[in-house]
Amino acid sequence: MSKELIRLRNIRMAFDDEVVLNDLNLYINDKEFLTLLGPSGCGKTTTLRIIGGFTTPVSGDVLFNGVRINDVPPYRRQINTVFQKYALFPHMNVFENVAFGLRMPKVEEQLDENGKVVSRRKVKISEAEIRTRVMEMLETVSLKGFETRKPDALSGGQQQRVAIARALVNRPKVLLLDEPLGALDLKLRKDMQLELKKIQQQVGITFIYVTHDQEEALTMSDTIVVMDKGCIQQIGTPEDIYNEPKNAFVADFIGESNIIDGVMVRDKLVKMYGREFPCLDGGFAENEPVDVVIRPEDIDIVPVDQGQLVGTVTSVTFKGMQYDIIVDFRGFKWLIQTTDHSPVGARIGVKIDPDGFHIMKKSQYSGMFGDYSSYSDEYDELSDAEALDDGEDEGAEEERREEGYAE
Amino acid sequence: MKKNGILSRLFLALVFLFLYAPILVLIVFSFNDSKSNAVWGGFTLDWYVQLLNNRTVLEALQTTLLVSVLATAIATVAGTAAAIGFSSMKRRPRNACLTVNSIPMTNADIITGVSMMLLFVFAGQALADFSGWLNTTAWAESANLWFDFGFDMGFLTLLIAHVTFDIPYVIVAVLPKLRQLDPNLAEAALDLGATRWTAFRKVVLPELMPGIVNGLLIAFTMSIDDFVISYFTAGSQVSTLSMYVYAQVRRRVSPEINALSTLMFVAVLLLLVVINLRQARQEQRRKRQALRT
Repeated sequence: MSKELIRLRNIRMAFDDEVVLNDLNLYINDKEFLTLLGPSGCGKTTTLRIIGGFTTPVSGDVLFNGVRINDVPPYRRQINTVFQKYALFPHMNVFENVAFGLRMPKVEEQLDENGKVVSRRKVKISEAEIRTRVMEMLETVSLKGFETRKPDALSGGQQQRVAIARALVNRPKVLLLDEPLGALDLKLRKDMQLELKKIQQQVGITFIYVTHDQEEALTMSDTIVVMDKGCIQQIGTPEDIYNEPKNAFVADFIGESNIIDGVMVRDKLVKMYGREFPCLDGGFAENEPVDVVIRPEDIDIVPVDQGQLVGTVTSVTFKGMQYDIIVDFRGFKWLIQTTDHSPVGARIGVKIDPDGFHIMKKSQYSGMFGDYSSYSDEYDELSDAEALDDGEDEGAEEERREEGYAE
Repeated sequence: MKKNGILSRLFLALVFLFLYAPILVLIVFSFNDSKSNAVWGGFTLDWYVQLLNNRTVLEALQTTLLVSVLATAIATVAGTAAAIGFSSMKRRPRNACLTVNSIPMTNADIITGVSMMLLFVFAGQALADFSGWLNTTAWAESANLWFDFGFDMGFLTLLIAHVTFDIPYVIVAVLPKLRQLDPNLAEAALDLGATRWTAFRKVVLPELMPGIVNGLLIAFTMSIDDFVISYFTAGSQVSTLSMYVYAQVRRRVSPEINALSTLMFVAVLLLLVVINLRQARQEQRRKRQALRT
């Protein structure tokens, strides 16, 4: 679609023997909105810092327009960054913050026809031009009239805009954003997501965005790079990532997924729970064990006698747009999202269309995700270890309750 | 709990009496129109006038101010640099450095003073011996050179001593500011095209400034106030105000000394007030910011 701007080649990064990035390969196109998505500690921020020039990889190359820039300091890269906590200069007002980059002397290089540097000279931008560019930029981020405010007299959202303006006013080729919306409340975050996307299209440069919020990634990105444990798990458009996850980690991290052990009998026929289901996937060996992903919204509830599978409802949660129903199929719990209400304890049948199945090869993540035994309302909101522990406890409780039903 | 019991008030009064009565007597008698330190002979400013006409005093004042200003300037730069170095260390070596840093502050002045004196005497002698040996070499003779690296204690050794005991105070004043500093600030400046030096000057330094100024004021107060360490390291040629006072008192206590001491007391008091006011203001500003966020 467009030409390649940045390439990371065989990047390895370690802090004190702890491997953070393991042989990372990635290219980023000009003018694209690329998101590095993953849980904390997956190496996404480190990747961003390597592109920005704040960390040097242990080995591997960073190429910018085909030129190796490993040893180019941050102040000579055509890349600007919006930091997680904004890092606005507290002793300067909004205008001075935004003007900071413009006031720095730029070195202009004259090249001869072979691309060799003939001469360098320092260029200073005139005060009048600085004024126009800063005011223009403040207008872009709707902060006109705030020039003389100090950063600590601004709200979180306004500080955020100043940080974006301060970076963009330098007309970089690439803007790096390190979880820039993390500190904002939900409503503001949604607004800023749309606004960021708008700004990106308006200025027409590459945005590289780091986040652990899958919804944010799906909303804004042209390309999503899903990372875990220092490795890239999948690269693709939001649709690809959602519809065709490569392994159980991606399927679980992006949206909700039921992931079931299965066997690929032959092309377009998958077997699970001892039954064969028609599907659309192929390209596997005969009788190859696979992970089967079924999205909760692709499952239809039908009367028991018409169901491909029959299970028992163990919990129902009203979510506004739909009910989240947990159904027990022989000890494995599925999440079904439906607009029809089924009472707890009801026997229901389910039907899945062939295009509702997504088949994945087995991976190191197989068996780790996709079972909703531990499902609770808090589950997807709190992703720290404590919440997971709580969830497991609840799951155990649910199992006990369910044994009661069996009797 | 009852706040103002008679006993606790009495206790407080006694504490203040013991603390400040001597200074009060000193100040009162600096205006005494009599040579005696026991009999009040009426109000006068004569002792102050005499003081200002005393060349030795003025010289001592000059030495004191010069050594304090220079030592403070050097120590502020060195201490700030050291604090920045400390803060970028890993935790264990940093804690080791901080402990070493705090030893000179808790150490008795007399030990610092004597040990520095010994060091200076030793170094002066060693350098003198070295230049003596150089002068006997054929090379020096043929080149017609005469070396004399030896030195006696004097202004320079006094200055070195002051710089040495000032540095820890600057470090201790600057470190908290560094701890509050957002590590991304310097990176943001680099990101926007500033070189490391510009980033430090335009972004980091203004953030550290309150701490640096506090350190500077404390160092200056310590320097101007010091007697023991100066006494051991100044040699016989130069003397500071406090050394002059000591020398005079050994002969007999003249009211002139009262006047001089009063002036020194007031100067140091003013500095302390300034330091405390600054710290209180910064504390308040920090609290207000914390409230807002």
